Amino acid sequence: MPEPRKPQTLEQIRRNRNRVLGLSLAAFVILVFFISIAKMG
Amino acid sequence: MTTTIPTPAAVQHPADWRDLVALTKPRVMSLVIFTGLCGLLAAPESINPVLGFTAILCIAMGAGGAAALNQWWEADLDAGMKRTAQRPLPQGRLDRTTARDFAGVLCAASVFLMGFAISWLAAAILAISIVYYAVVYTIWLKPRTPQNIVIGGGAGAFPPLIGWVAATGHISAMPVVLFAIIFIWTPPHFWALALFVKTDYAKVGIPMMPVVAGERSTRRQILGYSIVLLPLSALPWWLPGDEHAGAVYGVCALVLSTVFLALAVRVGLRRQTPEDTMKPEKQLFAYSVLYLFALFAALVADRFIAL
Repeated sequence: MPEPRKPQTLEQIRRNRNRVLGLSLAAFVILVFFISIAKMG
Repeated sequence: MTTTIPTPAAVQHPADWRDLVALTKPRVMSLVIFTGLCGLLAAPESINPVLGFTAILCIAMGAGGAAALNQWWEADLDAGMKRTAQRPLPQGRLDRTTARDFAGVLCAASVFLMGFAISWLAAAILAISIVYYAVVYTIWLKPRTPQNIVIGGGAGAFPPLIGWVAATGHISAMPVVLFAIIFIWTPPHFWALALFVKTDYAKVGIPMMPVVAGERSTRRQILGYSIVLLPLSALPWWLPGDEHAGAVYGVCALVLSTVFLALAVRVGLRRQTPEDTMKPEKQLFAYSVLYLFALFAALVADRFIAL
């Protein structure tokens, strides 16, 4: 059974989602940088 | 027969990122990632680690996107089944438009990233696998035929093929055999599950084999596919040319498949009794997951031992 989640305010849900989105985009930019290096090699 | 399917609850708050992750079916994805990685590592040509990581990421994103499309399409059905009623869409924790858009972005991003970073052949196979799962299986086959799992099983068989093509740039006999192994493994895996959750499928009108053809026929077919799986799983050992697997894989495949067959025989030859706990079916289902992990791990281990 999954653990029940703590209730969150709308603001907390939005803030957490934006944080995850920001981190994902940053990771994508870093990945594209390394792909470019790998393709050049 | 008319069935009443509960409609998903109305959404009253923005999507939580954990619900978006749940939409990608992370547990199923772990098997997809693993088999894709094994296809990539078992290939005779090595790939740059960054590009290898990108290929696996694309496979994961594509599988996640296809799973999200599946949940978006089947939200009403999921609400009517005990096993799936807790998913984000039937629970009303996520609205359908967000789910559809999230799935679309994941699918498109996975294919284009695979194409630009790895190869367009791998990207094309990834695109076919997404369409196969989301359209051919989910929309077309699943509600229409009890053979849905047999033909739809092809969708889950693509990852090792994609991984292999990402590493080598071409299709050869070995990845096709790996595709065939997962294809033949899927019916006994799913029907073992369907035997102990068949009331759920019947309730929402999904024509799964035990619901349509009956329990006895399903058990015999589980046995039939398991018999075919035994020599097929050992086929990579006997392949001609220098792509074939070695004895480590061959022995592992024969042992693992013999145990699979023994469990399938138990399921195939018994009849359900009143108040049945369905232990043999549950054991076969659990073992089938372990089987695929172990078989592909043996393939990679064999490749590294041979180096």
